[in-house]
Amino acid sequence: MIWNKKMECAVPGDLKNIFSDRLKDIVEFIYQNNPLYKEKLDKAGVVPSDIKNIDDLSKLPFTTKDDMRISYPFKLFSSPLNKISEIHVSSGTTGNPTVVGYTKDDLKLWAEVMARTLCCAGAEPGDILQNAYGYGLFTGGLGLHYGALEMGLTVIPASSGQTKRQLKLMMDFKPRILSCTPSYVLYMAEEAREMGLDPRESSWEIGVFGAEPWSDLMRNEIEDTWNILATDIYGLSEIIGPGVAQECSYKDGLHIFWDVFYPEIINPDTDEPVEDGEAGELVVTTFTKQGIPLLRYRTRDIVSINYQKCRCGRTSPRISKIKGRTDDMIIVRGINVFPSQIEHVLLGIEGTQPHYQIVVDRKSGELDELEILVEVEEKIFSDEIKHLRALEEKIRKEIESVLGVFVKVKLVEPKTIERSMGKAKRVVDQRVL
Amino acid sequence: MKLTQISIFLENKSGRLYEACTLLGENDINIRALTVAESADFGILRIVVDKPNEALSLLKENGFASNSTKIVAVEVEDTPGGLSDILKVFSENEINVEYMYGFVEKFREEALLVFRFENTEKALEVLKKNHIKAITEGDIVDL
Repeated sequence: MIWNKKMECAVPGDLKNIFSDRLKDIVEFIYQNNPLYKEKLDKAGVVPSDIKNIDDLSKLPFTTKDDMRISYPFKLFSSPLNKISEIHVSSGTTGNPTVVGYTKDDLKLWAEVMARTLCCAGAEPGDILQNAYGYGLFTGGLGLHYGALEMGLTVIPASSGQTKRQLKLMMDFKPRILSCTPSYVLYMAEEAREMGLDPRESSWEIGVFGAEPWSDLMRNEIEDTWNILATDIYGLSEIIGPGVAQECSYKDGLHIFWDVFYPEIINPDTDEPVEDGEAGELVVTTFTKQGIPLLRYRTRDIVSINYQKCRCGRTSPRISKIKGRTDDMIIVRGINVFPSQIEHVLLGIEGTQPHYQIVVDRKSGELDELEILVEVEEKIFSDEIKHLRALEEKIRKEIESVLGVFVKVKLVEPKTIERSMGKAKRVVDQRVL
Repeated sequence: MKLTQISIFLENKSGRLYEACTLLGENDINIRALTVAESADFGILRIVVDKPNEALSLLKENGFASNSTKIVAVEVEDTPGGLSDILKVFSENEINVEYMYGFVEKFREEALLVFRFENTEKALEVLKKNHIKAITEGDIVDL
């Protein structure tokens, strides 16, 4: 079913007035309520009256991750804190994490777009959803939860981890829908086989998989392994969390809910729009959010967009799977990892010069692994194994506490980390997506 | 009475031990004693050579993480129980041995053992008191 036919199946031309009205309203709202944004707009020489319709969007300055960082924790909020119902936090590039706040209406919006998402994936009211995204500061768990309640699903708030229990819940409660990261569902297959279960006999028929990059190759593997329809979900906490875009059963791009999250695709080097269908950086303007509405937010995700009507009946444009990033952020098990965070830790450990490399790997049927290679400099080298092991352990613990994800640390010989143009290559992503 | 030991960090991959030893060999540096300590991902090659200062700068120039440590080499009678006699002295005097290994060659018909002590100065005192001879840098060159 289509949750919001009026918006999801509208003749695109008919939406133009809505886009224009919403853009005018949100610019006015932000200008009146957020001093930081007002300053930004003033500096760009734009006042709300300059924005007459959607075509004026390009007059507005971009909002970046850096804006999020310097506004920590609440300075980018356009609603007072006493109107904020919920706060979520994701990792930032260095030091401060990214903080987002939802008003009561924002939570309703989140439930609405997540209801659209789940319907888009193929859920029907009355289905049971096993939600194996993490509940907590991460937006994944609660986002799916709110959408499921909104559209009338029965939710099993399993959260992430505890694989044996996940499988028991699946066998005993027979949920039809599963939501988790794509690497976790493959990991669960291994565990299922060890328990003597045939993954193809599972009750899950539809999977809503996201929070980390994956490819069609991986989709095939998941679908073959579990005999399931594997759909891709896209979102980021700055915009709302999960619920920005979702694949329908045709799996031919992710429908973006453009009546509330308006997309542009730009060339990240020139900041100019790309030709239709070409890949570029996804930029999103939130039309109706109040807690932390964002104008032209640069997602740093590289996608292309398709404005053709889909076979499923939706007219909302479809973005491709993420083709890359404009920065060196990596997403591991739903957690954003920035090399700068690791650099920070290494600098803080006495004597460690930050020549390091992050290797991300995904072995078949296992979760993504992060390995940090650190070059052994003379200062930290010891003739005793125990001292070097202790150093490895210290680096590992500190990085884990900063990133919130398990890592392996490996000491390597000096000058062995590949350098290009004199600069060490910081990230090696070996994942077969 | 202390000798210089050179330690070299080696990643656990094929050819690294060979490369380190070749470098020393080509520069006419003779290895008198050696041992390799290992963990899962890396190893430490520890050597006693005839020209330690030269060896150390050579290794550093060639990108090996390396440093020098003071160790003590002791003559041990090459008969059953020879090592045990020495260790007894250490044990009775609460001298902690971090690690030890043997020389490649004999010295005046005696075996030569390298000791890395937790407290080198204290160990040397105990050796002296017990009339156990630690050999000198000069002895090494003459081997």
